[in-house]
Amino acid sequence: MLTIQGLSKKFYKGTENEIEVFNNFNLYIEENKCTAIIGPNGCGKSTLLNILAGSILPDSGRIILNGEDISNLSEENRSRLIGRVYQDPSMGVSPSLTILENMSLADKKGEKFTLRRLVKKNTIDKYVEILKSLDLGLEHKLNTKVKYLSGGQRQSLSLIMATMKHPDLLLLDEHTAALDPKTSYIIMEKTKELIDKYKITTIMISHNMKDAIRYSDRIIMLNKGKIVLDKPSKNTAEEELIEIYRTKLFEQIA
Amino acid sequence: MNSLIITSIEQGLIFAVLAMGIFITYKILDMADLSVEGTFPFGAFIFAKLVSTGVNPFVSTILAFGIGSLAGLMTAVLFIKLKIKPLLAGILTMTTLYSINLRINGKSNIPLFNFESVFDIGPALLILVVTVMAIKITLDQFLKTEIGYLLIATGDNESLVKSLGANSNKFKTIGLMLSNGLIAFSGALMAQYQGFADISMGTGIIVIGLASIIIGDTIKKDSSIFNSTTRAILGAIIYKIIGGIAIDLGLSPNDLKAISAIIVIIFIAYNNLASDFLASIKNKGEKKYANNTRIIEKVLQRH
Repeated sequence: MLTIQGLSKKFYKGTENEIEVFNNFNLYIEENKCTAIIGPNGCGKSTLLNILAGSILPDSGRIILNGEDISNLSEENRSRLIGRVYQDPSMGVSPSLTILENMSLADKKGEKFTLRRLVKKNTIDKYVEILKSLDLGLEHKLNTKVKYLSGGQRQSLSLIMATMKHPDLLLLDEHTAALDPKTSYIIMEKTKELIDKYKITTIMISHNMKDAIRYSDRIIMLNKGKIVLDKPSKNTAEEELIEIYRTKLFEQIA
Repeated sequence: MNSLIITSIEQGLIFAVLAMGIFITYKILDMADLSVEGTFPFGAFIFAKLVSTGVNPFVSTILAFGIGSLAGLMTAVLFIKLKIKPLLAGILTMTTLYSINLRINGKSNIPLFNFESVFDIGPALLILVVTVMAIKITLDQFLKTEIGYLLIATGDNESLVKSLGANSNKFKTIGLMLSNGLIAFSGALMAQYQGFADISMGTGIIVIGLASIIIGDTIKKDSSIFNSTTRAILGAIIYKIIGGIAIDLGLSPNDLKAISAIIVIIFIAYNNLASDFLASIKNKGEKKYANNTRIIEKVLQRH
């Protein structure tokens, strides 16, 4: 499904602040599985997501998605295959446009944008159906500008917009970290529902061990760009992960 | 007085085209494009050159739009390809245009009284109303298209545009070209209206455009009856009427630019500070109230 081969990335190359994040990193991700990537700050998980999405270019290495080498595709060209939900709920939407306008834009993802009218009356029913399934009452706010929605509502919309065209790969970039526990729970449940329904291969980054275990099929822990743990989520206990964090952290201080 | 109002409205309509151009960069793309100051006279000089070589004034005005949009392309290339900050990119285009404007006709002031103009066919007010409405409707319709919405989204959230599989730089270029085209068009109209093209006619023009947009935004602020382009047009007309009345009351025309700058400062400061000011009043009130509660509690404890 997704293969990462020989990935290397250094930041501030050639200066005294040079940081090596990945050195010949390899990873295979299975189809229709949700993989959670955890690890301390600076372990490389965000860099990995950015490299997959194409917003950061690696120094070397190949990324193969569904048999297609996407290493040289630009960020906008990868987006027809990859959906992404950011930590900041405003990153996945256009705040000054309405819910209807935002969904109409997402519905055109990867297609050619022309001088035809964007908002079409005959698609409204479809959007209302999708919004109803969220159960947040957003279907009554079609003409409300997104900037007036709460963080949780905006993040739900981002999630819908990112998955509307059923991407091959969904990247969740700590997408519930900025939300309160209750909203965070709702969004995680909706996420699970959507990726199961549309069978989307998913990679999620999380600092929340419980969520990472509960909502994923496989847990990978990174430290300094290396995989230090890789096992099925159902065989993993939260205590075990915290223990690794503790010992790794100890090593780093010592 | 009556003719003063009509003249102000006519000039306001010409500046309305300018204001719609500035609206695209300042409001939609959230970018201060200073090339405006060169593009406005650029439009006037292109028109002067064309009409003096025998080109029809209508064709010349439309060509001023097309050629004027190239100024926007220049700013876009400086900003996107050469990674020069938008503010500096605009200033560089403006400075370059100053020399180009002098080159076009070889001098800094070209009288146009002896040439045809678009105002020959009827009353200026009517021609301007029709022109401005046509531009407004076209722009409104454009902003409702798929490309139009991507232009808005580019100013709003670039990463969304990329995630939709579109190149946000393309839409910045479209926006800058459209904006500069409209501003040059406005300059060509102004040259015909006042009967000459002059190198200094662009000085301070960005402030007039911003003042128009800001005044337009404050009209019935929370009402959705007026959309952004209507607001820009009304703002430009009101700005000109205020200016006209001020001069009529004895204000020196030389002071007008400073006055427009002050209008912009006051309106922006009001928008930025009004909510802080209100919040501070409210906080003081709450502190007073808290103090009262403490006194009451003390009194109650004693008894």
